[in-house]
Amino acid sequence: MGIRRTLLGSAVAVAGMAGVAGYAMAAEVTVVCGSVGQGAKLCKGAATEWAKETGNTVKFFAAPASSTEQLALYQQILSSGSSDIDVFQIDVIWPGILGSHLADLKPYSNGAEDMHFQPIVANNTYKGKLVAMPWYTDAGLLFYRKDLLEKHGEKAPETWGDLTASAKKIQDAERAAGNNKMWGFVYQAKAYEGLTCDALEWVDSFGGGDVVNADGDITINNEKAAKALSLAASWTGTIAPSGVLSYQEEDARGVFQSGNAVFMRNWPYAWSLGQADDSPIKGKIGVMALPKGGEDGKQTGTLGGWQLAVSKYSKDPEAAASLVMHLTSKKSQKQRAIEGSYNPTIAELYSDADVLAASPFMGQLKDTFTNAVARPSRATGSNYNKVSNAFYNAVHDVLSGKTEAEASLAKLEKNLKRIKRKGW
Amino acid sequence: MTLALQQDGTATRKAKRSNLSSARLRAAWLFLAPMMIALAAVAGWPLLRTIWLGFTDANLTDLSQSQFIGFENYLSYYDGEAYGVLVDAEWWNAVWNTLWFSVISVGFETLFGLLIALILNAEFKGRGLVRAAVLIPWAIPTIVSAKMWGWMLHDQFGVINEILLGVGILSEPIAWTADPSTAMWAVIMVDVWKTTPFMALLTLAALQMLPGDIYEAARVDGINPIRVFFKVTLPLIRPAIIVAVIFRSLDALRVFDLIYVLTSSSTSTMSMSVYARQQLVDFQEVGYGSAAATLLFIVIALLTTITVLAGGLKSGEGEQS
Amino acid sequence: MNRQMKSILFYTLVIVVVIFSVFPFYYAIVTSFRSGQELFNPSVFPTSFTMGNYFSIFKEQPFGLNILNSVIVATSVVVLSLIIAVTASYALARIHFRGRGLLLMTILSVSMFPQVAILSGMYELIRSMGLYNSLPGLIIPNTVLTLPFTVWVLTTFMKELPKELEEAAVVDGASPLTIVRRIFLPLMWPAMVTTGLLAFIGAWNEFLFALTFTLSNEVRTVPVAIALMSGATEYELPWGNIMAASVLVTVPIVVLVLVFQRKIVAGLTAGAVKG
Repeated sequence: MGIRRTLLGSAVAVAGMAGVAGYAMAAEVTVVCGSVGQGAKLCKGAATEWAKETGNTVKFFAAPASSTEQLALYQQILSSGSSDIDVFQIDVIWPGILGSHLADLKPYSNGAEDMHFQPIVANNTYKGKLVAMPWYTDAGLLFYRKDLLEKHGEKAPETWGDLTASAKKIQDAERAAGNNKMWGFVYQAKAYEGLTCDALEWVDSFGGGDVVNADGDITINNEKAAKALSLAASWTGTIAPSGVLSYQEEDARGVFQSGNAVFMRNWPYAWSLGQADDSPIKGKIGVMALPKGGEDGKQTGTLGGWQLAVSKYSKDPEAAASLVMHLTSKKSQKQRAIEGSYNPTIAELYSDADVLAASPFMGQLKDTFTNAVARPSRATGSNYNKVSNAFYNAVHDVLSGKTEAEASLAKLEKNLKRIKRKGW
Repeated sequence: MTLALQQDGTATRKAKRSNLSSARLRAAWLFLAPMMIALAAVAGWPLLRTIWLGFTDANLTDLSQSQFIGFENYLSYYDGEAYGVLVDAEWWNAVWNTLWFSVISVGFETLFGLLIALILNAEFKGRGLVRAAVLIPWAIPTIVSAKMWGWMLHDQFGVINEILLGVGILSEPIAWTADPSTAMWAVIMVDVWKTTPFMALLTLAALQMLPGDIYEAARVDGINPIRVFFKVTLPLIRPAIIVAVIFRSLDALRVFDLIYVLTSSSTSTMSMSVYARQQLVDFQEVGYGSAAATLLFIVIALLTTITVLAGGLKSGEGEQS
Repeated sequence: MNRQMKSILFYTLVIVVVIFSVFPFYYAIVTSFRSGQELFNPSVFPTSFTMGNYFSIFKEQPFGLNILNSVIVATSVVVLSLIIAVTASYALARIHFRGRGLLLMTILSVSMFPQVAILSGMYELIRSMGLYNSLPGLIIPNTVLTLPFTVWVLTTFMKELPKELEEAAVVDGASPLTIVRRIFLPLMWPAMVTTGLLAFIGAWNEFLFALTFTLSNEVRTVPVAIALMSGATEYELPWGNIMAASVLVTVPIVVLVLVFQRKIVAGLTAGAVKG
């Protein structure tokens, strides 16, 4: 920041505090951005900057690290109509759940949403209102051990079939060589939201759709989906440890980063940790989009990421929206991309020289984000969690060998119809 | 004359007595007042509200729109199909899981608690330190200890598998929390570890309050200590143990954090509280979830009444009129 | 010989119990000195030693203040609930009146609802009382929810004390309050200390209310502070920090037990009085 801007900023701040200038009355905005850690630090910096520029004040609310706890807390606060928190950080699947309590940001955005990835903007539109601005994004990726693939003469897998074969081959060879802790593939298969993400990728890559389509029709009970899940079920206990059925992101990373897995499905965050100085696999990691289902399948990844939203009950929605616009602006997103490797939601930034210099890896991700598949949160609205719960439990049953894929999907379809009986 | 005097005397004594007992009654209500006011003011409203919401279609999306719908959350018919908590297979699965979990874990906890209490009741060097050590599992916040066990039971980098492999008990690591056949046992094991101190401490307090002369007499008579324990000690501390069992069962029947952290909302370990929370919070179905919570309440109330009656917690013992 | 065998057996039992209880805590201490990749190391023994986790929990949030809040909340809960419960349990245990059994069951029913079900009613109540985001807003609901436990336990113990104890005092015309204070309190120490300790730990570890009824870091308690810790992203679990924090918050409890366990023993001598 240049000296001039700092000076200007503080001048405005002084004016705002004194309440002399023709500015609107200084407002106090309470914002949730991150828990305790790196992300929160970056957010605080940017929000404080906004406060200085506008003469308002910001208060920070530290949210629980677990997103389920966050959602529960927000629902409690919002459903009571409290104005304690003005700006919320919300997960990509929450606009439908919290939408009725959030303010429309269109009047304040001046069209800023047009430069963001459009699928995310569409995701954040609830009943015609823009209820949240995209903040940063995420998508599932395939991490692999470059060195092991090379050593055993395998190339990066094109399809899930290739992955299954390479994983098996390398796992067996490595075990024969004495590394009996080696596994082929680790992912997230505990019965929780993460399994919905993983399973959606398998199903979608086979062309089996996205559980509930954009029109709200239940599409999951199809052959391709069954094929995808049957393949995934064959991994449990063969190329993946049977413990994978209780793995979340960190469990998978723990195994992969200790050098005990050839492939891993995870979010981009695992990259920088795997490349840290104390990591045994530093410099040996490759990253790519997830494999296709088959020859006619497609590469895909489940869309993740966070948005910023303004509470409908905020006492000063204008100031709150202005803060949201500031935090999601190109400038703030660029800073977050450079200092914290948060993936921007603004397409332009993926060709920005400064961003690419700081994390060369980000350039590759743009395609993944544009091809990403969204969970059916928009079509199912406030029923999304029920749908997701039914889906991951059905998948978990298949993976643990309790039911066959076809039977499980038929039962799932019936369950989803029950949930839909009064409409989504 | 004498008779009359006598009668007069009894009457005054009776009058005095009833004066006394009515004074004691007044004191009783005075003593109970703060507790009853506190309970009614703070707990009454949330409890009644939950029961009421169970009869409405309240949803978190807009609580003000909720309407009374009678027993529809419990049981209703729609298009020839039955809906409601009472016909939800998942709910009944949760009920059985919870009952199974509670019976086994409270059973073990009572047994181990008694054993540890007896140890702590004995005179030996470093007793204070051992007492503190035994209480540690209870002292660690559940959200942390559940995660900690999740980490320690991990199939690839967990210390439990490491130890068992090292000692040679296992030939390959077990995925404790992933396998449906071991998941519930893992949860029970962690619960026993965590809450045995609660049982032990309450039992210990009961042991400490026993009059010492009983043992003295028994020792002089040269009665076998094991006989003394079963014939004298156990009957005397039974009320305390039953109360401890009741409160442990209340917690076990409402178990949430432990199962939620260790195995998430997987159906093989889902408890009644996990089910209720899922409906109330994750699914926004405040009405339906409240109905489930009310059913949970009824289940627990029934079981507690049975325990109290079966345990013979007579309200008559040691009372004064 | 037989005696020696017995004491060997006894001490083996003590050691087994202690190991089973303490091992996870020991492992937490070992883990709290690890960082980065080391956290995935399953070794039972210390493999590295860094104090970094301990420093960072204080650097990133007012953790000292959080501990103080927990101490204030838990202590107030114990003191309040014991005061209310001692008198109430005297009435319930020693004075005969109609509907006593029903009253006891009604009290117990407060502990029969899952916490999450009464959360939102409690939230509204706390807000309407103007206690939102303050320590009294945590003390009051926790005290009330501990009451069934403290009342029941103290009632049970008080019932067990022999009748003769207070008879003389009653005849002498001592007021019920005097009876409670002079006769029962001294005998009830083991029960009071035990109930108090258990209630203290219960309040110390309470999470759901503490999270929902507070807004700013300055009034938050320890379990909430731990749940707020996150790594660089929401997926990364700052395991080292969490373990360091857990070790730190368990120490005060251990000290508390060491101090108060003497009181449990004190009951033994007091017990000799009755007879």
